[in-house]
Formats: sequence, C-alpha cells, structure tokens
Amino acid sequence: MKNIYEALVEIMGERGVSNRPEEIWFYGRDPGVLPPHPPDYVVAPETTEQVQKVVQLANREKIPVVPMGNGMALTGLVIPLKGGIVMDMKRMNKILEVNEMARYVVVEGGTSQGMLKAHLRDHYPRLRHSLPDAPPTTTIAANVSLHGQGCLTQQYGFNSDMVSGLEVVLPTGELCKIGSPSLGPYWFSKGPSLPDLSGLFLGWLGTTGIFTKVGLKLYPNKKIREMEIFVTDKAELVPEIIYKLTHLEMLEDLIAWFQPKPLMFKDNYHLTIYFTGDSEKEIEFKRTMIWDALQEFIDNKDGGFMNVQAMKPNLMENPQRGIAAFADVPRGGGFEYSGPITLIELYPQFAAKVVELAEKYDVIYSSAARVISGGHSMMFSISFAFNRADPAMMERVKKALDEATEYALKMGGIPWKPNYMEQKMTMDHMDPNTLKLLRMIKKNLDPHGIMNPGNWEPAP
Amino acid sequence: MEYARQIEHADIVHRCFRCGYCKFPEDYVDFNCPSYKAFGWDTFSPGGRMWLIRAWLNKELETSPHFSRILYSCVACGNCKDQCVYPRFKDYLLNVFEEAKAELVNEGRIPPEVRDYFKAVSVNGNPYKQPQEERGQWADGLGLKEFTDQEYLFYVGCVGSYDEVGQRMARSVGQLLSETGVSIGILGKEETCDGHEVKVLGETGLFTALAEENIMKFKKKGIEKIITLDPHALNVFRKDYPKLRGNFEVFHYTEILSQLIRNNQIPLSNYQAKVTYHDPCYLGRHNLILEPPREVLKGLPGIELVEMRRKGLSAFCCGGGGGNFFTDMVGSGENNPARIRIKEALDTGAEIVAVACPQCAKMLDDAIKSEGQEDWLEVLDLSELVNRVRSK
Ligand SMILES: Cc1cc2nc3c(=O)[nH]c(=O)nc-3n(C[C@H](O)[C@H](O)[C@H](O)COP(=O)(O)OP(=O)(O)OC[C@H]3O[C@@H](n4cnc5c(N)ncnc54)[C@H](O)[C@@H]3O)c2cc1C
Repeated sequence: MKNIYEALVEIMGERGVSNRPEEIWFYGRDPGVLPPHPPDYVVAPETTEQVQKVVQLANREKIPVVPMGNGMALTGLVIPLKGGIVMDMKRMNKILEVNEMARYVVVEGGTSQGMLKAHLRDHYPRLRHSLPDAPPTTTIAANVSLHGQGCLTQQYGFNSDMVSGLEVVLPTGELCKIGSPSLGPYWFSKGPSLPDLSGLFLGWLGTTGIFTKVGLKLYPNKKIREMEIFVTDKAELVPEIIYKLTHLEMLEDLIAWFQPKPLMFKDNYHLTIYFTGDSEKEIEFKRTMIWDALQEFIDNKDGGFMNVQAMKPNLMENPQRGIAAFADVPRGGGFEYSGPITLIELYPQFAAKVVELAEKYDVIYSSAARVISGGHSMMFSISFAFNRADPAMMERVKKALDEATEYALKMGGIPWKPNYMEQKMTMDHMDPNTLKLLRMIKKNLDPHGIMNPGNWEPAP
Repeated sequence: MEYARQIEHADIVHRCFRCGYCKFPEDYVDFNCPSYKAFGWDTFSPGGRMWLIRAWLNKELETSPHFSRILYSCVACGNCKDQCVYPRFKDYLLNVFEEAKAELVNEGRIPPEVRDYFKAVSVNGNPYKQPQEERGQWADGLGLKEFTDQEYLFYVGCVGSYDEVGQRMARSVGQLLSETGVSIGILGKEETCDGHEVKVLGETGLFTALAEENIMKFKKKGIEKIITLDPHALNVFRKDYPKLRGNFEVFHYTEILSQLIRNNQIPLSNYQAKVTYHDPCYLGRHNLILEPPREVLKGLPGIELVEMRRKGLSAFCCGGGGGNFFTDMVGSGENNPARIRIKEALDTGAEIVAVACPQCAKMLDDAIKSEGQEDWLEVLDLSELVNRVRSK
C-alpha cells in the first residue's frame, strides 16, 4: 500500500500522516477492554479540505476511515476494526464563532470540551455549554456523534439535542451543511423547520460522515452554582425522589449514584442535586424548594441531606476529575461502563443488577445515573474498574458489561455508545423494518462501507 | 511488574488511563504539553508516552529512532505531573520518562543529537565544546572574586558561562548582586557542569561523576550556600545532590533579588514599561518559586506587570527543558513552543518579556527573531530589568 501512503502525504504533508509502528500501535487501541486492531495509517488533518481529500481517496480505494476524538468513549468505537485510516481530529480545534445573542457557538470537528469551556469563561462569561464529565480533552464532535450527555442534559436533553447545525464530510467526500447553515450564515437550527437531516449523522458513531464543524447551543451561565446531596438507603424510593425534584423545574443537573467504597457510601443511594442562580436570594429560594420537596422522605426517616462541605470542591468541579480517578481503584489504569438509556422507574432493578454483576464477576463497581430532559429517561451507568495488567480481570469486566447490555435490552432500554457487539445485540432486538431503514440509510450514504466499518453495520 | 525490559517505576506504567488531563493546564485553555503541541500526535503526549513505554518494556515495540524522538522530545516541564488526576502515581511520571531514556542510553540507542551532547559534556566539561579555561570569561572586567570564604557561591552553569545570551545574564546578575553588597564568589574556570540535563537525558553514570566532582569541590572550598543563575542548576542541587550527600543551601537569584527589593537595598528610580513574566519550569512548577520573581517586578517603580494567559503552575514551557535546549528534538516551525509562548506574550501588549532562566532567555530571544517581532518585544532577565530601574 505504498502508493496510498504517498497519496496521503500529498494531501496531508509529512507532519499529518504516520505509518510508523509507534502511532500504528497507539491508535489501534482505546482505554477500554476490547482487543486492539492496528490501522494502516494515521492522519491528523488541520483543514476541512484535507478531511475531504482523505475521504475521497478512501472512498475511491475502498479503505476504512475511522474519525477519532480523544478515544475516551471507552467502548472501542475508534478501534479500526478493519484497519485502514484512523483520522485524529484534534488538530482541528478552532472555535470559529460565538453568537452571543443567539447563544450558539460553531467549533471545528476536533475542538475539545475543555477549550470551549475556557473560551467561554474568558470571552463570554454569561454563556456556558453542556459539559460532560468526560476528560476535557474529549471532543465536542465525538460527544454529539454518540449522543453524549452533560451538565445541562437534565434541563435541555442529550448534548446532541443541543446541536444547532453541522458541516459534514460525507463518506463519498462531498461537503454538506445541515440545518440553518445550509441556507445562510447562521447556525441556530440543526433541522426545524426543515426535515431534520442531522438524524442521519448524530448518534451514528462516525459511520455516516465526519463532522468538520459543529454548531452548539449555549445557555445562560448563572453567577452562582450550588449543590445538595440527598441520601437514602432505599433504591425503590429513588424514582419518586427524582420525580419530586424534577417537578420543581429548577435544577441544573441531577445525578443518582452509589458505590461500595469508601465505606461511608456503601449501601446508600446519593442524589447530587445541582442548582444555579444569579443571586443568593434565588439560590436560597431554590434550596428551600428542594428541601421542601423532599421533606416527606425526611419525616418518614427514609433519607436526609448530607453534609457536603468536605466533598463539595470535588463535586463542584466541571468536569469532575474524580470520575476519571475511578480507573485507578484497582491500581490498574482502566474502567469501562455501559450506560443504557432507560426509564427512571427502573432504577431499583438496574441498581440491583450492578451489584449482582459485580459479585458474579468479582469486579469493582460504581454507578451514576444522569437524569435526562426533566425525567423522561436517565443514562444509567454501570461502571467496572479493572487492572490493565490483569487480563483475567479485564475479561471478567468485559463479560459483566456484555451481560449488562443484554439486561438493558431485555428491560427495554437502549444501549449508549455501544461497542460493535452491543450494536449487534441491539440490531437483533430491533423492529425488522427499523433495521431495514437503518441499513438503507447507511448503504446509501456510504456505498462502499468505508466509514468506521464494523460499527452500525447490520449484516446484509 | 515483570517486563522484558526493566525500569525502576515499571509498576506504575500500566496505571495510566491516558485520559489526557495531563495535556492541559489547570483551566484547559490550550494544550500545555509542548511536545504534543509541536507534533500533534497522541504518542507525543504524556499518556501516549506512558502507553508506548509499556509496550516497549513488553517488547511489543522495538527501540526505533521515532520512539527515541518521542521520549527525547519531552521537555520535562512537569505540567503532566501537576495535572494528572492520579494522586497515587502522578509524581513519578517524569521518573518513568527519565528511566526509559536511561534504558535507551544503556542500549546505546539514543538520537545523534543526544549522543553529541553527552560526548561534548564528558570530553569538554560543557556542551559547547569550549575550553575549560574560558569558562570564567563571562565575568571578565566585573571584579567578581573567586570563591574563598564569601557567604554564597554564585554558580552560573554552562549556559551562563558560554552562551552569549546566558553570559549577558550572568554578568548582569553577578554585577547586581555584588554591587548591592551580597557576599558572593564565583568558581570561574574551576566551575564544572552541574549535570542536570545529563541526568534528565538519562546518562546516570556521567551525571553521578559530575555531581560527585562538584560536591567534592564545593565541600573542599567550604561552600555552604549557593545562588544559581539557572533554575535547572537550582533543581539538581536541591533535589539530586543531597542523594549523593551534597547538602547545600541553594537559592535562585530571584529569591535574593526579591529580598533586596523588599528591604529597599537597591536604590530605584523609575522606568515605564509594560512587562510580562515567563515562569521557567524549573523555578515555578518544579520548585514552586512563583512569587519572588513577581515580587521583584511589582517592586520596580514604573513597571506594570501584565500576566500571560498561562502562568505560574499552568505556564507554557519555552520548549528548552529536558535537554531540548541543546538537542532540539522538538524542532522549529510554527508549532515551536517558544514561538507559541512569544505570541502569548505579545497578546498581553507587553514590550518586555521578563525571564529568570538563561535557557528560557535564549529560547525566547530566538523565537522573537523567528516571529519577526524584534521591534515590539524584548527579552530581559529580571536583573537586567532591575538595572534599568536602578538609580544610577
Ligand atoms: C471519566 C469519564 C467520564 C465520562 N463522562 C461522560 C459524560 O458525563 N457524558 C458523556 O456523554 N460521556 C462521558 N464519557 C464518555 C466519553 O468520554 C465522552 O462521551 C466523550 O465525549 C467521548 O469523546 P472522545 O473525543 O473521546 O470520543 P472518541 O472515543 O474519540 O469517539 C467517539 C465516537 O465519535 C466518533 N467521532 C469522533 N470524532 C468525530 C467527528 N469529527 N465526526 C464524526 N464522528 C466522530 C468516533 O468515530 C467514535 O465513534 C466519560 C468518559 C470517561 C472516561
């Protein structure tokens, strides 16, 4: 494939292509439990034109292309399952435009969450975006390509719902604008009132195109952010607690979590309740409303508010560094999670399942469920840490996660950022006509099946 | 941990999650790992290095010139250890990188630039291949005394002794200290390399020889207190010499200057200028000397300190650390760290970049030229700036 390398160098320049063993080794894996598979080349574009030209070449030569952000989806979504070209998007990291009045930003396809956060804080302190708790090096484009969630998801839905326009390189190499930018200079709508074509790309895990620009909605950044933690030892009460809290329509973020370590947390369910305000008066009003909403649980001795002072600095971080630290609990640099999107009323069953799986496979667990859209669903994370130097433990984690996905599907949930096997399980569960439609869309957009192949790839 | 190759901290290598917090400064404003910024591949980030080193220890990857470049382009600025989210092992990240380089040295598979550096230091006693007799020439005409029984040894190091920019800085600091009554002596042509970069580049044998020679010399001369010009020397004297029984009280010259200013021991007039300050990594991140240089600047009438976006523990390295000042494994071009830093300095509207390290001084001076900004921005070490403000 020497001529391919040369063709890539012609497009990218020497600095933008590698087939050296070190890059091939590194870009063939992610930090999760799936086995690696090497790419043939790695490219790191700096312009949309380069992305286009590489995709055109790949389409002509029928070579796989795998767009990559920071590789932190953990579920092998950037492992080039069939080799080909891994495209590291992170050099395309410019923040192109902020429209303050219309509250949106346009970023390039490799811009990181961290840089957007810093940019807004420096230049538009009245605005914020829905930051996930993923490490800040992870990219905005990747996050919407897998329907991520962030700190504003409780209020405004999935982060992909907050997309306000896209620029996509199609698998055949054409450049396509989606939503209002297809008609004019503004990036305020990804679809409405047009047919919403963004659905052809959002959630497709890079299998239908590569985002070179993403428009993203921004939201008011209130002056004060506060939190409370409500604790109960009864999993069955969690849905009702969430219901009462979301009824207030006052919360920023709401996360229900439990973990066995440190011991002070064991056997309890914690609800971290974030709320914001522009004045102490607003904050105190909201705090009172939150306390009042949960008073009956306190009266019934079913729970209470925790003293949060010691934990507050960590929990107020955005993103929370401590979440990544879970990877070192077994002194081993790894964790992976399955995060089905499911109904909040199923919280007790899912919670029991996590503990059951952890015991069955002898692995360390932690779980954090993020409430979506005022309570229509939640992302229920089933996280298992592992020691990278212990292949047997990694295998147990893999099995536990597979079983978690089977369970989620059985319970009517939707796997989130599923790995290629979980995608297969999902497609096996899917209504046949839905699957047919999925297949038709994929086939039409990507006739040679070059985009992140192995993913969302229904058997013909 | 059993690997085919061994290094002392092998047991933490697999614990890196390569989450990438290490690439950023504390507030995520831009990538803060100079080699990642320069090369743009994840393999050149701290997490990339950790993962590759593991594969290399396992012999999944062989030693190669590219692998060596990945290791040697680390500027050892320490941003990664500060930003890593794993408190139980983050302090050892730089040890892992240093130990892997030492292993490359053992294998004899180091880049030619590094080999030449070692050779020059071991043959000539300095990386410039200059005669030892000329080592003290920087002080000619200043009237500085050889160290006999003064309170402090003023140690200038290889860059201060031989590099043009370094010499200018050494002269300025030496003169200022002696004129303000600080009791200093120098070693002149008796001074030898402190070995800091030798150690960081992985030549542990040569480092030990240099350090032991220095320790012996210092002790023989009755030296108890040292003022260093170069933060790299400060670092090695403070952290590594004690392990070889070389215990001295070590100061950076900015610490002494800040005391002098605080105690009004330097008569000052007024000099109007907007100044930004570049934190040297071995002063700031590695030794937490963040305030003394700023106290100096704030104490100078007419000087307005305007900080760069990345400062203190989040400062962006000039790219000269980890021996790169001599070996230049990071390379030039648009993404050269010093050039990026100069652009950041220009953004502040400052007309002077104040520095406190001869290596930073030279790196940034060159970068100003590469950026064609000589008419707008000038690099001055803190003592040079104090000299401008001093009542003559
Ligand atoms: C500690 C931790 C906490 C986390 N917390 C959250 C959280 O709160 N919320 C959340 O949503 N996720 C979370 N995650 C999961 C994950 O890290 C995020 O979803 C993150 O956004 C993934 O970004 P990435 O850049 O690493 O993506 P990658 O893993 O690099 O890519 C993910 C997918 O996006 C595709 N892709 C990448 N770039 C493009 C592009 N330009 N165009 C088209 N497709 C593209 C890839 O092909 C792949 O399918 C967390 C992960 C960790 C480790």
